Amino acid sequence: MTVFLIFFPLAVSLVLFLVKPLQARVWALIASLIEMIASFIAVSQFVSNEAVQFSVNIPWIKSLGLNFAVGMDGITLLLVLLTTVLVPGIILSSFRRQYSKPATFYGLILMMQMALVGVFAAQDGLLFYLFWEMALIPIYFICLIWGGTDRGRITLKFFIYTLAGSLFMLIGLVYLYYQTPGSHTFAMEALYDAGHSLPAGEQGLIFWAMFIAFAVKMPVFPFHTWQPDTYTVAPTEGTMLLSGIMLKMGIYGVIRWLIPVVPEGVAAWGFTAIVISVIGIVYGSCIAIVQKDFKRLIAYSSIAHVGLIAAGALTLNPLGIQGAMIQMLSHGIVVFGLFFIIDIVSQRTNTTTLAGLGGIRNVAPKLATVFMIVMLGSVALPLTSGFIGEFLLINAIFQYQHILGAVAGLTIILGAVYMLKTFQKSMSGEVNRTTEQFADLSGIEKWVLYPVVILILLIGIYPAPLLEISEPAVMNLLKIYSNLSASVK
Amino acid sequence: MNALLVICGLGIFALVAEIINFKKWLPGVVMLGLIAAGITVAFDFGTSVMHFSEMLLFDNFSHAFTGLIVITALFWFWLAQDYFRLQPHITDRSALILFTVAGAVIMASFNNMAMLFLGLEILSISLYVLAGSRKESLFSTEAAFKYFLMGSFATGFLLMGIALVYGATGSFHLTEIASFISTHDGQLPSFFYAGVLLMLVALVFKISAVPFHFWAPDVYEGSPTTITAFMSTVVKIAAIAAFYRIFAFCFTSVQGTYITILEIITVLTLIIANVTAVYQNNVKRILAYSSIGHVGYILLAFIANDVGSAGTIFFYLSAYAAASLTAFAVVHSVESVNRTTTVEYFNGLFKKNPLLAVAMTFALLSLAGIPPLAGFFGKYMVFAVAIENGFTKMVILGILTSLVGVYYYFKIIIAMYFAEPEGAPLEPTTSIRILLIVLTALGLGMSVFADFLVSLIPAH
Repeated sequence: MTVFLIFFPLAVSLVLFLVKPLQARVWALIASLIEMIASFIAVSQFVSNEAVQFSVNIPWIKSLGLNFAVGMDGITLLLVLLTTVLVPGIILSSFRRQYSKPATFYGLILMMQMALVGVFAAQDGLLFYLFWEMALIPIYFICLIWGGTDRGRITLKFFIYTLAGSLFMLIGLVYLYYQTPGSHTFAMEALYDAGHSLPAGEQGLIFWAMFIAFAVKMPVFPFHTWQPDTYTVAPTEGTMLLSGIMLKMGIYGVIRWLIPVVPEGVAAWGFTAIVISVIGIVYGSCIAIVQKDFKRLIAYSSIAHVGLIAAGALTLNPLGIQGAMIQMLSHGIVVFGLFFIIDIVSQRTNTTTLAGLGGIRNVAPKLATVFMIVMLGSVALPLTSGFIGEFLLINAIFQYQHILGAVAGLTIILGAVYMLKTFQKSMSGEVNRTTEQFADLSGIEKWVLYPVVILILLIGIYPAPLLEISEPAVMNLLKIYSNLSASVK
Repeated sequence: MNALLVICGLGIFALVAEIINFKKWLPGVVMLGLIAAGITVAFDFGTSVMHFSEMLLFDNFSHAFTGLIVITALFWFWLAQDYFRLQPHITDRSALILFTVAGAVIMASFNNMAMLFLGLEILSISLYVLAGSRKESLFSTEAAFKYFLMGSFATGFLLMGIALVYGATGSFHLTEIASFISTHDGQLPSFFYAGVLLMLVALVFKISAVPFHFWAPDVYEGSPTTITAFMSTVVKIAAIAAFYRIFAFCFTSVQGTYITILEIITVLTLIIANVTAVYQNNVKRILAYSSIGHVGYILLAFIANDVGSAGTIFFYLSAYAAASLTAFAVVHSVESVNRTTTVEYFNGLFKKNPLLAVAMTFALLSLAGIPPLAGFFGKYMVFAVAIENGFTKMVILGILTSLVGVYYYFKIIIAMYFAEPEGAPLEPTTSIRILLIVLTALGLGMSVFADFLVSLIPAH
């Protein structure tokens, strides 16, 4: 099952590259829908315990200790689900425009999906790294070929920045590899054991080597400088992939490859990392408030949200990690919706800034309603998906340290400030010249946005099934920490 | 052994092909002959035989490198068809290339320093001529002359080194020298060490590591692109095989003499080659500096574990050869239309001809060491060997320089995808298209079957 989920998108993308069918987007959409159904089947067959399921383990390069070991536990499954649900949405949302060389474009998106599923499913350190880097290549080319002005310089910065970050992770992984007993191996459990037995000082070094890689990817302040430019310059589908799914690679890395590997490193430096993340929350929110460009606004709000998730995950509290899981899903869906709405607005009005907009609600009530719900999901109103995640996260941080919890809680207030301001300036008020011809949602747009709205509300009202999927795995990861508190529901 | 005979036979046949009026069929015969040579290597694999009064030793190291050299040469002939088709003297040139290949095989198989010298000279003298084979071009002549002058100096060093080592140990045979060194520990005359150092300088010159690299960019730029492709693949593989054979098989017990020097050379090579490449604007020169930079990574594996790194170095060279040939094939296609190879002529290549651009991208990503391409595994193995043996600082340097590498390789990639196309359209021949696809597939296949390649040469 896992192998199918990883290689099916790759196979289709190769077909697209080689055959170059005229209706590449239809092919890609059908492929991504099949992938989505496959992931649903995986969920239905999933047994709710901490075991890694659907696993496959094939030796690849013995001399390097590299095995093609993949499998899914609850944590993986949720993120795979996020990937397989968002990618069809992203492909469908691209139907509104014509891209040059469509076969290449959709092939790259599917390749990206393959790498993302691989990152989440890898049970082998080096394999994880390979998929991690493989995810970078398609998104780089999506941004480089179909991006906006000055993309050459910006995407190169993005590439080198994230590559440099992940090379630190590679050093950390290789160091752990040489600590494994016997003829070394990259198997996850072996790396966990190797990490535990290291002296505290070395665990601290490995903590930073890995954390920098994840922090660049998320991105957490102060490793974020590549992000706003890249989000702005990327084509909308690229931005959706980056913020909706790729950003979660970093948080997943923290949960899977940092917290269980070097417990003493986390104990020693976790506080510093949480403080950095909390600074990022306030910093990102404040800059988002003064942004005029939509995409930049969402980019900075992303920094704030992801800072909260990282901080919550690093509290080592099951509440925090469960909150991180659910918030990853929620943020993925919400940010996808937001970028899509922004794309609709900026395409119809030919502007990417707030100035000059207004009154869209009067001419496009459906769009305004959808925007309202998605926005409320973003500001974490109760009964939307954002609330569950942020509540758990802030709760965990508060338990960890009261003051940090209070500061992190600002995210909801500041988030409300910039989101409501955006809504007010664009949707409310009087119709003006730019917005009077504004058309309401068309067919495809409805097909994309209504599921988003349904998902936001569904997760917000009844998140328990999702929480149950990941809970055993989260508990299992935290087993090594003695300060385990009660289960969350 | 059989492969060497086949190659020499082919070379002689190519020489007489002019007389017996067989020119038209020559390229086909040469390629078939090389395939035959490759097959004989495959059959000989696993055996270890001495030939010519123990002057040549065909062990697995030699078989593996001979195989790599022959396959690379085969692909090179495929790439270089128009070099033969469009210009006169097809027979002479084929013969020269084949003799170069024979020299390369000897350099991978020698067990006697006289054979090292012989192999190196067979290879070099043919190359001096080939570098100048674009006779109407001043640059080509300059390249040939420069290469000849510098190469002669290196040969001189090598000869003096061999003479001194012989004077101290009384033998040309590597095995005998090695056993003499081990039995006369501490009693070797000081001129023996001078001899080792002279040989080191000569071979470092041949593998073009910094600070003995100055000839390489000029020669690479001035020579016809196909010959540059040949020099940066087949010749480089042979030079590194020879370097490895003499220093890991023979001088490893006196490693203390030269290891510090070699470490400095490695550091300089990594830094200077990669940093200089950033400032180049000609793709041929970028590739020249990149090929110098790759020597730095190979040397890093060598100094970390000289006797145990043969498999790693072999894999690194295989990955490098596939990527490098692809890149040169694309450069050659661009040059054949535009007459020049500055980065601007790669602008918009993706729009002009996606296949060329995509193949070039794969090649450059592999050279830059981006996973999951073969180049990444090569670099990774080098770094793993180095970390295992405590060369962590060197590894950090290596990682930083490979990030610099990303910068200059991506300069070409960005030009191909980002900039607007200019200049004449590009239509490479079908055979070049197939070559590019095959080479790219080979490069990808190498990362899947890396284990196979590494295990070809067991540590000895």
